[in-house]
Amino acid sequence: MVSFLAAAVIAATPLLFATLGELITEKSGSLNLGVEGMMLMGAVIGFSAAYGTGNPGIALLGAFVAGGAGALLFAIVTVSLQGNQVVTGLTLTIFGTGFASFVGDKMIGLSVPASVLEFFSARKIPILGDIPFIGPVLFRHDVFVYLGYAMVIALSIYLYRTRAGLNMRAVGENTAAADASGIAITRHKYAHIIVGGGLCGLGGAYLGLVTVPIWQADVVTGRGWIAVALVIFASWNPTKAFLGAFLFGALSILGLRLQSMGIHISQYLVDLFPYAATIIIVIISTHKNRKEDLPPGNLSEPYFRESR
Amino acid sequence: MIDTAAIRMENITKSFGSVIANDRINLTVNNGEIHALLGENGAGKSTLMNMLSGIYRPDSGSVFVNGEAVEFSSPRDSIKKGIGMIHQHFKLTEVMTAADNIVLGQRGGFFTKEANLVKQIAEISDRYGLDINPRKKVYEMSVGEKQTLEIIKVLYRGARILIMDEPTAVLTPQEIDKLFRIMRNMKEQGCAVVIITHKLNEVMEISDRITILRKGRSVDTVLTEDAEIPTLIEMMVGRKVDLKLRREPTERGEELLRLDGVTVIDSDKKAALDDVGFSLHASEILGVAGVAGSGQKELCETIAGLQAAEKGRIFFGGANILGKSPREIIKLGIRMGFIPEDRLGMGLVASMDIVHNIILKEYQNQKGIVLRRRPGAEKARRIVERFDIQTPNLSTPVSKLSGGNIQKVLLGREIDSDPKVLITAYPVRGLDIGASYRIYDLLNEQKRRGVGIIFIGEDLDVLLELCDRILVLTDGKISGIVDAARATKEEIGFLMTGGRI
Repeated sequence: MVSFLAAAVIAATPLLFATLGELITEKSGSLNLGVEGMMLMGAVIGFSAAYGTGNPGIALLGAFVAGGAGALLFAIVTVSLQGNQVVTGLTLTIFGTGFASFVGDKMIGLSVPASVLEFFSARKIPILGDIPFIGPVLFRHDVFVYLGYAMVIALSIYLYRTRAGLNMRAVGENTAAADASGIAITRHKYAHIIVGGGLCGLGGAYLGLVTVPIWQADVVTGRGWIAVALVIFASWNPTKAFLGAFLFGALSILGLRLQSMGIHISQYLVDLFPYAATIIIVIISTHKNRKEDLPPGNLSEPYFRESR
Repeated sequence: MIDTAAIRMENITKSFGSVIANDRINLTVNNGEIHALLGENGAGKSTLMNMLSGIYRPDSGSVFVNGEAVEFSSPRDSIKKGIGMIHQHFKLTEVMTAADNIVLGQRGGFFTKEANLVKQIAEISDRYGLDINPRKKVYEMSVGEKQTLEIIKVLYRGARILIMDEPTAVLTPQEIDKLFRIMRNMKEQGCAVVIITHKLNEVMEISDRITILRKGRSVDTVLTEDAEIPTLIEMMVGRKVDLKLRREPTERGEELLRLDGVTVIDSDKKAALDDVGFSLHASEILGVAGVAGSGQKELCETIAGLQAAEKGRIFFGGANILGKSPREIIKLGIRMGFIPEDRLGMGLVASMDIVHNIILKEYQNQKGIVLRRRPGAEKARRIVERFDIQTPNLSTPVSKLSGGNIQKVLLGREIDSDPKVLITAYPVRGLDIGASYRIYDLLNEQKRRGVGIIFIGEDLDVLLELCDRILVLTDGKISGIVDAARATKEEIGFLMTGGRI
């Protein structure tokens, strides 16, 4: 059980990053459906940087920049040019997929260098790692998993305790009101779209470097879409996003576990779990009643001050 | 020369595409004065003020604040110069608390320190005699509370020049009194207050000076004590208008429609209509008053068959029509013209032309699957002529018409079908004075013909003058039905806020 839950945490980590990335993007009012594409861009750049330099820091930085660059394209089209967010996001996904096959074509089958693998090896956190049950499940992982925890806490504080977070939420909730309050709308949107894309890129990099340490073309396999659904599941709340990512992480490795326990269910059926669960969750989530759980008021609406 | 004016705007011009919203407008507002900006819809009042608050940028002209030439490129610049605008549609974030909304966009420490903020809000509230709970979420507030919050918001930002865009439109008479007290308070503190409105009696009551705008131009600025309502109207409209609303003296006919214990539960599981029962007679205009969102929309929709009721009965011609489909109800002769806040939300398809919008309610009377346009076109021509609708031609999309003309299309379509019961909600919303009176005349004409009319309105003065009886809704309940000839505005305001007579 402990090893299953621990494995679920690892499986959850890339989802968590992508979910948090999409969460801050949506909180600031933009619906970027290009998560899958940005994850792939992050994955391929992260992998090639790791392969080329053997330096994990450069690999992660490269992945963040790649995801952020994809998001920058999205921001230019939707914020500055007032393009349709859904169409642009879908296009970004297609673009990211093509980008990853193009850049990664020569790398298929190559492995992540040992120096990078070493960096991502599990390290126990003193004291916390020794707590029975919780320790092995949560605190005996690699640094990237801990970075995920830190992100959840930092984002929660940012969103609900700081001025900047308040202003950013206002931009997403009621753009015209935020504008009338003197908040720089365009700057806020760009910043959060780009950082959100960077986080998606990091999530993708983890898939390419740790989950599957040999490069293959389809490392992300729909996790970007699950992240989009998880944002809804989480009611745009970072802590709930963590729980959601954990749940989906567990679902995605459930098949392997069942097999190793000698329970035989069709692999195809098992692979279906996360996606079926996504649909169920989206259906349930639409029945929310608390106003605080509803999507940001002006989500996916372009804003032009002088429109009337 | 020392310039003491709080605001001086000179030769301001602003156009949107080919429409000139402001044409060389001049305006001077002094400190310690309440200045009314009067004009019909589309006269350019809001546009002018939006340029003061940094939302729009003037094409040409100059703006001086306390003698200093300014150019605002964003609302932030305007706030810095001490200008605060309270918009007609409140600019508040619903899911946040009052305190969050107040501090929004303000510079300061990294963290939001709520305790400090609550104290500062209390200080401002005391000074100007305002009342607010800083920790209350905006969506839980009444309209009056939201407005108070907007006022505190601009005061917190250090505003000394306040612009209020139609602040009384959605308030009860009691709330209006309170607002006026606050405004006088601010004036005594030396603030300059600009109030945009088209309600003349309010202008006469509260303002010191009045600037009248017409069709994007400034007509004149007058002292309120020297002003008289008829001359103000003439300046607003540009011609003499007979503004006598008549209550058509008709004999009340037989009972047409009777509601009995109608209860409607909305999506939040609250009763949007709670045990509503009344009757409507032929040749009667029954007014419905109430604070926005008290169940007016649900009332219309339930009678029209668009909204399912939890329980109750609605009798029309002796039969219960509750549960019938909208189409069956239309065939019985019950027609509804609902003018939503955004005008195009319901009733008309904005991208279609007049002919198609008219066929929308007619097509099922045609045989076969191919839609014939000609009967609709004839009817459209008739309606355009009868109601004097200004349109380039019949195939212009409705969205391209002006608000008043859109409303005439909607109402004209319903009236032209010779209904027995006509339900109109906010039929004059956003219309100028001339157009409004044309609509009132139409309603009176229908009343003479024996139609039973339910008139859901916002302006209590109009309701009192036009209707025979007035039904007051409070939170989905009927808090009273009064005789319009004898009732007073205060009585209705009292009922609106939940009191009972």
